Amino acid sequence: MTENERMLVIPGDDVTEPGMKAGTGTYKRDGKVFASVPGMKNVRSGYVNVAPLAGRYMPRPGDSVIGIIEEMGPSSWYVDINAPYNAPLHVSEAPWKVDFGETAQFLRVGDVILAKVLGVDELKRTNLTMKEHGLRKLAGGTILVIPHSKVPRVIGRGGAMIGLLKQETGCRMFVGQNGRIWVEGEVEAMAKVEKAVAMVSSGGQRDGLEESVRGLLASGMGDSNER
Amino acid sequence: MSGDGVKLTRPDGLRLDGRADGEMRPLAIEAGTLRNADGSALVEWGKNKVFAAVYGPREAKPRHLQNPMRANVNVSYNMAAFSVEDRVKPGGPGRRSIEISKIVGEALSNVVFAEQFPRASIDIYIEVLQASAGTRCAGLVAASVALADAGIPMSDLLPACAAGKIDGRVVLDLSKEEDNFGQADLPMAIVPKTGEIVLLQMDGHLTPEELERAMEMGASACKKIHELQKDALRRRYAAEAIMSGDAEVGQ
Repeated sequence: MTENERMLVIPGDDVTEPGMKAGTGTYKRDGKVFASVPGMKNVRSGYVNVAPLAGRYMPRPGDSVIGIIEEMGPSSWYVDINAPYNAPLHVSEAPWKVDFGETAQFLRVGDVILAKVLGVDELKRTNLTMKEHGLRKLAGGTILVIPHSKVPRVIGRGGAMIGLLKQETGCRMFVGQNGRIWVEGEVEAMAKVEKAVAMVSSGGQRDGLEESVRGLLASGMGDSNER
Repeated sequence: MSGDGVKLTRPDGLRLDGRADGEMRPLAIEAGTLRNADGSALVEWGKNKVFAAVYGPREAKPRHLQNPMRANVNVSYNMAAFSVEDRVKPGGPGRRSIEISKIVGEALSNVVFAEQFPRASIDIYIEVLQASAGTRCAGLVAASVALADAGIPMSDLLPACAAGKIDGRVVLDLSKEEDNFGQADLPMAIVPKTGEIVLLQMDGHLTPEELERAMEMGASACKKIHELQKDALRRRYAAEAIMSGDAEVGQ
Protein backbone atom coordinates (compact mmCIF):
# COMPACT_ATOMS: atom_id res chain seq x y z
CA MET A 1 0.00 0.00 0.00
CA THR A 2 1.44 3.35 -1.01
CA GLU A 3 1.22 6.60 0.92
CA ASN A 4 -1.67 7.95 -1.11
CA GLU A 5 -3.79 4.84 -1.40
CA ARG A 6 -6.87 4.69 0.83
CA MET A 7 -9.10 1.80 1.67
CA LEU A 8 -12.40 1.35 3.52
CA VAL A 9 -12.00 -0.80 6.62
CA ILE A 10 -14.34 -1.81 9.45
CA PRO A 11 -13.61 -2.88 13.04
CA GLY A 12 -11.57 -6.06 13.19
CA ASP A 13 -10.06 -5.74 9.70
CA ASP A 14 -6.37 -6.53 9.47
CA VAL A 15 -4.50 -3.34 8.52
CA THR A 16 -0.99 -4.62 9.23
CA GLU A 17 1.75 -3.03 7.15
CA PRO A 18 5.28 -4.35 7.51
CA GLY A 19 7.41 -2.07 9.66
CA MET A 20 4.54 0.34 10.46
CA LYS A 21 3.34 1.16 13.94
CA ALA A 22 -0.29 1.17 15.09
CA GLY A 23 -1.71 4.71 14.78
CA THR A 24 -5.11 6.26 15.47
CA GLY A 25 -8.25 4.16 14.96
CA THR A 26 -6.31 0.92 15.32
CA TYR A 27 -5.17 -1.54 17.95
CA LYS A 28 -2.39 -4.07 18.19
CA ARG A 29 -2.78 -7.74 19.04
CA ASP A 30 -0.33 -10.62 18.59
CA GLY A 31 2.03 -8.46 16.56
CA LYS A 32 -0.67 -7.49 14.08
CA VAL A 33 -2.55 -4.24 13.64
CA PHE A 34 -6.36 -4.15 13.30
CA ALA A 35 -8.89 -1.40 12.67
CA SER A 36 -11.07 -0.44 15.64
CA VAL A 37 -13.48 1.93 13.85
CA PRO A 38 -15.05 2.09 10.39
CA GLY A 39 -12.93 4.44 8.31
CA MET A 40 -10.27 4.94 5.68
CA LYS A 41 -6.96 3.23 6.16
CA ASN A 42 -3.92 5.35 5.45
CA VAL A 43 -0.20 5.01 5.97
CA ARG A 44 1.73 8.08 7.04
CA SER A 45 5.20 8.64 8.48
CA GLY A 46 5.66 5.20 9.96
CA TYR A 47 2.12 4.72 11.26
CA VAL A 48 -0.95 2.91 9.99
CA ASN A 49 -4.02 5.00 10.78
CA VAL A 50 -7.73 4.64 10.26
CA ALA A 51 -9.42 8.00 9.71
CA PRO A 52 -12.88 7.43 11.19
CA LEU A 53 -16.03 7.86 9.10
CA ALA A 54 -18.25 7.87 12.19
CA GLY A 55 -18.09 8.66 15.87
CA ARG A 56 -18.18 11.53 18.30
CA TYR A 57 -15.70 14.37 18.10
CA MET A 58 -12.88 13.81 20.59
CA PRO A 59 -11.00 17.02 21.46
CA ARG A 60 -7.27 17.21 20.77
CA PRO A 61 -4.95 19.97 21.97
CA GLY A 62 -4.73 22.77 19.42
CA ASP A 63 -8.12 22.17 17.80
CA SER A 64 -10.17 25.29 17.22
CA VAL A 65 -13.74 24.56 18.21
CA ILE A 66 -17.07 26.34 18.26
CA GLY A 67 -18.60 26.03 21.71
CA ILE A 68 -21.90 26.92 23.32
CA ILE A 69 -21.91 28.06 26.94
CA GLU A 70 -23.85 25.50 28.94
CA GLU A 71 -23.21 26.44 32.55
CA MET A 72 -21.56 29.22 34.54
CA GLY A 73 -19.50 29.06 37.70
CA PRO A 74 -17.94 31.89 39.71
CA SER A 75 -14.59 31.48 37.96
CA SER A 76 -15.27 29.47 34.84
CA TRP A 77 -17.76 28.70 32.13
CA TYR A 78 -18.66 25.17 31.09
CA VAL A 79 -18.81 24.84 27.35
CA ASP A 80 -20.57 22.29 25.16
CA ILE A 81 -18.06 21.52 22.41
CA ASN A 82 -20.02 18.71 20.74
CA ALA A 83 -17.83 16.11 22.49
CA PRO A 84 -18.85 13.45 25.03
CA TYR A 85 -17.85 15.79 27.84
CA ASN A 86 -18.29 19.52 28.32
CA ALA A 87 -15.17 21.61 28.72
CA PRO A 88 -14.36 24.31 31.30
CA LEU A 89 -13.13 27.71 30.17
CA HIS A 90 -11.42 29.33 33.15
CA VAL A 91 -11.56 33.12 33.52
CA SER A 92 -7.77 33.20 33.37
CA GLU A 93 -8.07 31.89 29.81
CA ALA A 94 -10.67 34.47 28.80
CA PRO A 95 -9.58 37.58 26.88
CA TRP A 96 -11.09 39.88 29.52
CA LYS A 97 -10.31 40.74 33.09
CA VAL A 98 -13.12 38.99 34.96
CA ASP A 99 -13.69 39.53 38.68
CA PHE A 100 -14.61 36.51 40.81
CA GLY A 101 -18.32 35.80 40.42
CA GLU A 102 -18.71 38.17 37.49
CA THR A 103 -18.56 35.57 34.71
CA ALA A 104 -22.12 36.38 33.64
CA GLN A 105 -21.02 39.89 32.67
CA PHE A 106 -19.06 38.47 29.76
CA LEU A 107 -20.60 35.21 28.58
CA ARG A 108 -24.03 33.85 29.34
CA VAL A 109 -25.65 30.47 28.85
CA GLY A 110 -26.34 29.99 25.14
CA ASP A 111 -23.59 32.30 23.94
CA VAL A 112 -21.38 30.99 21.17
CA ILE A 113 -17.60 31.21 21.28
CA LEU A 114 -14.67 30.38 19.08
CA ALA A 115 -12.10 28.74 21.36
CA LYS A 116 -9.06 26.55 21.22
CA VAL A 117 -8.43 23.28 23.06
CA LEU A 118 -5.58 23.86 25.50
CA GLY A 119 -5.18 20.37 26.80
CA VAL A 120 -6.87 17.05 27.42
CA ASP A 121 -5.86 14.86 30.35
CA GLU A 122 -6.17 11.09 30.75
CA LEU A 123 -9.64 11.49 32.24
CA LYS A 124 -10.58 13.38 29.07
CA ARG A 125 -11.05 16.59 31.03
CA THR A 126 -10.66 19.27 28.43
CA ASN A 127 -9.50 22.84 29.00
CA LEU A 128 -10.25 25.65 26.60
CA THR A 129 -8.62 29.00 25.95
CA MET A 130 -9.78 32.20 24.27
CA LYS A 131 -6.50 34.03 24.70
CA GLU A 132 -5.06 33.47 21.26
CA HIS A 133 -5.46 35.83 18.35
CA GLY A 134 -8.84 35.58 16.63
CA LEU A 135 -10.59 33.67 19.40
CA ARG A 136 -13.71 35.47 20.55
CA LYS A 137 -17.40 35.47 21.25
CA LEU A 138 -19.45 34.94 18.10
CA ALA A 139 -22.48 37.22 18.19
CA GLY A 140 -25.39 36.71 15.81
CA GLY A 141 -25.22 34.33 12.89
CA THR A 142 -26.24 30.72 12.88
CA ILE A 143 -24.60 27.36 13.52
CA LEU A 144 -24.58 24.45 11.11
CA VAL A 145 -23.67 21.00 12.39
CA ILE A 146 -21.92 18.37 10.27
CA PRO A 147 -20.15 15.13 11.19
CA HIS A 148 -16.68 16.10 12.41
CA SER A 149 -15.15 13.65 9.96
CA LYS A 150 -16.41 15.88 7.12
CA VAL A 151 -14.71 19.03 8.41
CA PRO A 152 -11.61 18.67 6.19
CA ARG A 153 -13.90 18.39 3.21
CA VAL A 154 -15.76 21.61 4.01
CA ILE A 155 -12.45 23.40 4.46
CA GLY A 156 -11.07 21.93 1.25
CA ARG A 157 -7.53 21.67 0.01
CA GLY A 158 -5.58 24.54 1.48
CA GLY A 159 -8.88 26.19 2.49
CA ALA A 160 -10.19 26.20 -1.08
CA MET A 161 -13.78 25.23 -0.31
CA ILE A 162 -14.33 27.53 2.64
CA GLY A 163 -12.67 30.34 0.67
CA LEU A 164 -15.06 29.76 -2.21
CA LEU A 165 -18.09 29.81 0.10
CA LYS A 166 -17.02 33.05 1.79
CA GLN A 167 -16.15 34.73 -1.46
CA GLU A 168 -19.27 33.79 -3.37
CA THR A 169 -21.79 34.53 -0.61
CA GLY A 170 -20.09 37.32 1.31
CA CYS A 171 -20.77 35.49 4.56
CA ARG A 172 -18.39 35.41 7.50
CA MET A 173 -17.66 31.85 8.48
CA PHE A 174 -15.72 29.82 11.02
CA VAL A 175 -15.36 26.06 10.86
CA GLY A 176 -14.64 24.30 14.16
CA GLN A 177 -12.83 20.98 14.21
CA ASN A 178 -15.77 19.74 16.28
CA GLY A 179 -18.15 19.77 13.31
CA ARG A 180 -19.83 23.10 14.01
CA ILE A 181 -19.82 25.85 11.42
CA TRP A 182 -20.69 29.41 12.34
CA VAL A 183 -22.12 31.52 9.52
CA GLU A 184 -23.17 35.13 9.49
CA GLY A 185 -24.41 37.19 6.56
CA GLU A 186 -27.46 38.06 4.49
CA VAL A 187 -30.41 35.76 5.14
CA GLU A 188 -30.44 34.46 1.57
CA ALA A 189 -26.68 34.07 1.49
CA MET A 190 -26.79 32.07 4.70
CA ALA A 191 -29.41 29.78 3.18
CA LYS A 192 -27.08 29.25 0.24
CA VAL A 193 -24.20 28.38 2.52
CA GLU A 194 -26.38 25.93 4.40
CA LYS A 195 -27.31 24.18 1.16
CA ALA A 196 -23.73 24.14 -0.06
CA VAL A 197 -22.43 22.76 3.23
CA ALA A 198 -25.07 20.02 3.17
CA MET A 199 -23.97 19.16 -0.35
CA VAL A 200 -20.28 19.12 0.50
CA SER A 201 -20.68 17.07 3.66
CA SER A 202 -23.12 14.47 2.36
CA GLY A 203 -22.45 14.11 -1.36
CA GLY A 204 -21.04 10.85 -2.61
CA GLN A 205 -19.21 12.49 -5.47
CA ARG A 206 -15.61 13.46 -5.45
CA ASP A 207 -14.70 14.95 -8.80
CA GLY A 208 -16.09 18.29 -9.85
CA LEU A 209 -17.44 19.07 -6.38
CA GLU A 210 -16.12 22.59 -6.52
CA GLU A 211 -17.91 23.14 -9.83
CA SER A 212 -21.22 21.86 -8.41
CA VAL A 213 -20.87 24.15 -5.40
CA ARG A 214 -20.11 27.07 -7.68
CA GLY A 215 -23.22 26.24 -9.69
CA LEU A 216 -25.36 26.03 -6.56
CA LEU A 217 -24.09 29.35 -5.25
CA ALA A 218 -24.54 31.10 -8.59
CA SER A 219 -28.14 30.00 -9.10
CA GLY A 220 -30.58 32.76 -8.20
CA MET A 221 -27.95 34.90 -6.52
CA GLY A 222 -28.38 37.72 -9.05
CA ASP A 223 -30.16 40.38 -6.99
CA SER A 224 -29.09 39.62 -3.45
CA ASN A 225 -25.40 39.35 -4.17
CA GLU A 226 -23.93 42.56 -2.83
CA ARG A 227 -20.69 42.04 -1.09
CA MET B 1 -39.04 -27.59 26.89
CA SER B 2 -40.84 -30.88 27.11
CA GLY B 3 -40.83 -32.70 23.83
CA ASP B 4 -43.92 -34.76 24.66
CA GLY B 5 -45.94 -35.73 21.67
CA VAL B 6 -45.11 -32.81 19.37
CA LYS B 7 -43.42 -33.84 16.15
CA LEU B 8 -40.96 -31.22 14.92
CA THR B 9 -39.73 -33.24 11.97
CA ARG B 10 -41.50 -33.72 8.66
CA PRO B 11 -41.83 -37.13 7.01
CA ASP B 12 -39.06 -36.17 4.58
CA GLY B 13 -36.65 -35.67 7.50
CA LEU B 14 -36.51 -31.87 7.24
CA ARG B 15 -37.66 -29.49 9.96
CA LEU B 16 -41.18 -28.02 10.00
CA ASP B 17 -40.12 -24.91 8.07
CA GLY B 18 -38.23 -27.04 5.54
CA ARG B 19 -34.73 -26.41 6.86
CA ALA B 20 -31.96 -28.99 7.22
CA ASP B 21 -30.51 -29.52 10.69
CA GLY B 22 -27.52 -27.26 10.17
CA GLU B 23 -29.41 -24.55 8.29
CA MET B 24 -30.04 -21.04 9.60
CA ARG B 25 -33.11 -18.93 8.97
CA PRO B 26 -32.58 -16.17 6.37
CA LEU B 27 -30.75 -13.21 7.92
CA ALA B 28 -30.61 -9.63 6.62
CA ILE B 29 -28.71 -6.82 8.34
CA GLU B 30 -28.82 -3.14 7.55
CA ALA B 31 -26.65 -0.52 9.26
CA GLY B 32 -27.53 3.15 9.81
CA THR B 33 -31.32 2.82 9.81
CA LEU B 34 -32.22 5.39 12.49
CA ARG B 35 -31.48 9.06 12.01
CA ASN B 36 -31.52 10.32 15.60
CA ALA B 37 -29.14 7.70 16.97
CA ASP B 38 -25.35 7.94 16.79
CA GLY B 39 -25.38 4.45 15.34
CA SER B 40 -28.08 1.95 14.47
CA ALA B 41 -28.90 -1.31 12.78
CA LEU B 42 -31.91 -3.37 11.74
CA VAL B 43 -31.77 -7.14 11.81
CA GLU B 44 -34.39 -9.31 10.14
CA TRP B 45 -33.80 -12.93 10.99
CA GLY B 46 -36.54 -15.31 10.01
CA LYS B 47 -39.65 -13.71 11.47
CA ASN B 48 -37.62 -11.67 13.97
CA LYS B 49 -37.35 -7.97 13.41
CA VAL B 50 -35.01 -6.13 15.78
CA PHE B 51 -33.70 -2.57 15.86
CA ALA B 52 -30.63 -1.50 17.79
CA ALA B 53 -29.76 2.14 18.49
CA VAL B 54 -26.55 3.40 20.08
CA TYR B 55 -26.10 6.75 21.82
CA GLY B 56 -22.78 8.01 23.05
CA PRO B 57 -20.18 8.01 24.30
CA ARG B 58 -21.77 10.70 26.44
CA GLU B 59 -21.22 11.85 29.98
CA ALA B 60 -22.62 9.20 32.35
CA LYS B 61 -25.53 10.45 34.43
CA PRO B 62 -26.20 10.50 37.34
CA ARG B 63 -22.62 11.40 38.11
CA HIS B 64 -22.10 8.91 40.92
CA LEU B 65 -22.33 6.17 38.29
CA GLN B 66 -19.33 7.57 36.40
CA ASN B 67 -16.32 5.30 36.32
CA PRO B 68 -13.03 7.22 36.09
CA MET B 69 -11.38 4.25 34.37
CA ARG B 70 -13.82 3.37 31.63
CA ALA B 71 -17.18 3.97 30.03
CA ASN B 72 -20.27 2.13 31.22
CA VAL B 73 -21.82 -0.03 28.52
CA ASN B 74 -25.56 -0.04 29.19
CA VAL B 75 -27.97 -2.19 27.26
CA SER B 76 -31.70 -1.88 27.40
CA TYR B 77 -33.58 -4.73 25.73
CA ASN B 78 -37.27 -4.26 25.18
CA MET B 79 -39.98 -6.15 23.38
CA ALA B 80 -42.74 -4.13 21.78
CA ALA B 81 -46.19 -4.94 23.15
CA PHE B 82 -47.19 -6.19 19.72
CA SER B 83 -44.04 -8.25 19.10
CA VAL B 84 -45.61 -11.56 20.12
CA GLU B 85 -49.01 -13.10 19.59
CA ASP B 86 -50.21 -12.73 23.17
CA ARG B 87 -49.18 -9.19 24.03
CA VAL B 88 -46.16 -8.66 26.23
CA LYS B 89 -47.11 -8.15 29.88
CA PRO B 90 -47.13 -4.40 30.50
CA GLY B 91 -45.35 -2.64 33.34
CA GLY B 92 -41.71 -1.98 32.73
CA PRO B 93 -38.92 -4.41 32.00
CA GLY B 94 -39.59 -7.89 33.33
CA ARG B 95 -37.23 -10.49 34.72
CA ARG B 96 -36.40 -11.76 31.23
CA SER B 97 -35.69 -8.32 29.72
CA ILE B 98 -33.42 -7.38 32.60
CA GLU B 99 -31.50 -10.63 32.20
CA ILE B 100 -31.03 -10.17 28.45
CA SER B 101 -29.93 -6.54 28.90
CA LYS B 102 -27.32 -7.68 31.39
CA ILE B 103 -25.85 -10.58 29.40
CA VAL B 104 -25.81 -8.68 26.10
CA GLY B 105 -24.07 -5.73 27.79
CA GLU B 106 -21.49 -8.00 29.36
CA ALA B 107 -20.86 -9.75 26.03
CA LEU B 108 -20.33 -6.43 24.26
CA SER B 109 -18.03 -5.12 27.00
CA ASN B 110 -15.52 -7.75 25.85
CA VAL B 111 -15.02 -6.08 22.47
CA VAL B 112 -15.65 -2.37 23.17
CA PHE B 113 -12.59 -0.28 24.09
CA ALA B 114 -14.48 1.35 26.95
CA GLU B 115 -11.27 2.55 28.62
CA GLN B 116 -10.93 5.19 25.88
CA PHE B 117 -13.94 7.04 27.29
CA PRO B 118 -13.57 7.46 31.05
CA ARG B 119 -16.59 8.88 32.90
CA ALA B 120 -18.83 8.27 29.87
CA SER B 121 -21.67 5.92 29.11
CA ILE B 122 -22.44 4.11 25.90
CA ASP B 123 -26.16 3.46 25.77
CA ILE B 124 -27.51 0.69 23.57
CA TYR B 125 -31.21 0.20 23.03
CA ILE B 126 -32.51 -3.03 21.54
CA GLU B 127 -36.11 -2.90 20.42
CA VAL B 128 -37.79 -6.09 19.32
CA LEU B 129 -40.61 -5.25 16.92
CA GLN B 130 -41.42 -8.81 15.99
CA ALA B 131 -40.28 -11.84 17.92
CA SER B 132 -39.99 -15.44 16.86
CA ALA B 133 -37.31 -17.19 18.97
CA GLY B 134 -33.70 -16.12 19.06
CA THR B 135 -34.24 -12.42 19.79
CA ARG B 136 -31.33 -12.17 22.22
CA CYS B 137 -29.00 -13.33 19.46
CA ALA B 138 -30.66 -11.07 16.91
CA GLY B 139 -30.40 -8.19 19.40
CA LEU B 140 -26.72 -8.82 19.99
CA VAL B 141 -26.00 -9.05 16.26
CA ALA B 142 -27.82 -5.75 15.71
CA ALA B 143 -26.19 -4.06 18.70
CA SER B 144 -22.66 -4.84 17.60
CA VAL B 145 -23.30 -3.50 14.10
CA ALA B 146 -24.90 -0.39 15.61
CA LEU B 147 -21.89 0.14 17.88
CA ALA B 148 -19.54 0.01 14.90
CA ASP B 149 -21.87 2.34 13.01
CA ALA B 150 -21.64 4.79 15.92
CA GLY B 151 -17.88 4.83 15.46
CA ILE B 152 -17.21 3.39 18.89
CA PRO B 153 -13.80 1.69 18.91
CA MET B 154 -14.09 -2.06 19.23
CA SER B 155 -11.77 -4.99 18.64
CA ASP B 156 -14.23 -7.03 16.62
CA LEU B 157 -17.90 -7.43 15.74
CA LEU B 158 -19.87 -9.95 17.76
CA PRO B 159 -21.95 -12.52 15.92
CA ALA B 160 -24.41 -14.67 17.87
CA CYS B 161 -26.55 -17.68 17.07
CA ALA B 162 -28.45 -20.39 18.90
CA ALA B 163 -28.28 -24.13 18.47
CA GLY B 164 -30.58 -26.64 20.18
CA LYS B 165 -32.13 -30.04 20.22
CA ILE B 166 -35.41 -31.20 18.69
CA ASP B 167 -36.73 -34.73 18.34
CA GLY B 168 -33.42 -36.00 19.72
CA ARG B 169 -31.31 -34.23 17.08
CA VAL B 170 -28.97 -31.26 17.43
CA VAL B 171 -30.07 -28.46 15.12
CA LEU B 172 -29.13 -24.86 14.40
CA ASP B 173 -31.13 -21.67 15.01
CA LEU B 174 -34.40 -22.84 16.59
CA SER B 175 -37.69 -21.49 15.28
CA LYS B 176 -40.54 -20.51 17.58
CA GLU B 177 -42.13 -23.98 17.52
CA GLU B 178 -38.80 -25.71 18.00
CA ASP B 179 -37.97 -23.41 20.91
CA ASN B 180 -41.33 -24.06 22.57
CA PHE B 181 -41.55 -27.82 22.02
CA GLY B 182 -37.91 -28.84 21.56
CA GLN B 183 -35.62 -30.30 24.19
CA ALA B 184 -32.88 -27.66 24.45
CA ASP B 185 -31.92 -24.15 23.36
CA LEU B 186 -28.31 -22.95 23.45
CA PRO B 187 -27.72 -19.31 22.45
CA MET B 188 -24.06 -18.34 22.10
CA ALA B 189 -21.86 -15.48 20.91
CA ILE B 190 -18.20 -15.68 19.98
CA VAL B 191 -15.44 -13.22 19.15
CA PRO B 192 -14.56 -14.26 15.59
CA LYS B 193 -10.92 -13.23 15.79
CA THR B 194 -10.08 -15.26 18.89
CA GLY B 195 -12.87 -17.79 19.17
CA GLU B 196 -13.60 -16.61 22.73
CA ILE B 197 -17.11 -17.40 23.92
CA VAL B 198 -18.68 -14.28 25.41
CA LEU B 199 -22.24 -15.52 25.77
CA LEU B 200 -23.45 -19.04 26.41
CA GLN B 201 -26.73 -20.02 27.98
CA MET B 202 -28.65 -23.26 28.01
CA ASP B 203 -32.29 -23.99 28.52
CA GLY B 204 -33.21 -27.71 28.55
CA HIS B 205 -31.09 -30.81 28.53
CA LEU B 206 -28.11 -31.87 26.40
CA THR B 207 -25.59 -34.66 26.88
CA PRO B 208 -21.94 -33.58 26.90
CA GLU B 209 -21.57 -34.91 23.34
CA GLU B 210 -24.64 -33.04 22.17
CA LEU B 211 -23.43 -29.86 23.85
CA GLU B 212 -20.14 -30.13 22.00
CA ARG B 213 -21.92 -30.73 18.69
CA ALA B 214 -24.30 -27.81 19.31
CA MET B 215 -21.43 -25.47 20.15
CA GLU B 216 -19.59 -26.44 16.98
CA MET B 217 -22.74 -25.73 14.96
CA GLY B 218 -23.24 -22.39 16.67
CA ALA B 219 -19.63 -21.38 16.18
CA SER B 220 -19.66 -22.13 12.46
CA ALA B 221 -22.95 -20.20 12.09
CA CYS B 222 -21.35 -17.25 13.90
CA LYS B 223 -18.65 -17.14 11.21
CA LYS B 224 -21.31 -16.77 8.50
CA ILE B 225 -23.16 -14.14 10.51
CA HIS B 226 -19.91 -12.22 10.99
CA GLU B 227 -19.55 -11.99 7.20
CA LEU B 228 -23.09 -10.57 6.93
CA GLN B 229 -22.31 -8.01 9.65
CA LYS B 230 -19.19 -6.88 7.81
CA ASP B 231 -21.14 -6.67 4.55
CA ALA B 232 -23.78 -4.47 6.17
CA LEU B 233 -21.15 -2.02 7.43
CA ARG B 234 -19.30 -1.97 4.10
CA ARG B 235 -22.56 -1.15 2.30
CA ARG B 236 -23.28 1.61 4.81
CA TYR B 237 -19.92 3.31 4.31
CA ALA B 238 -19.24 2.55 0.65
CA ALA B 239 -20.71 5.86 -0.54
CA GLU B 240 -18.83 7.88 2.05
CA ALA B 241 -15.60 6.10 1.26
CA ILE B 242 -15.58 7.46 -2.28
CA MET B 243 -15.62 11.04 -1.11
CA SER B 244 -13.08 11.04 1.67
CA GLY B 245 -10.06 11.34 -0.56
CA ASP B 246 -9.67 15.04 0.16
CA ALA B 247 -6.73 16.57 1.87
CA GLU B 248 -6.69 16.97 5.60
CA VAL B 249 -5.65 20.55 6.19
CA GLY B 250 -6.27 23.38 8.59
CA GLN B 251 -8.07 26.59 7.81
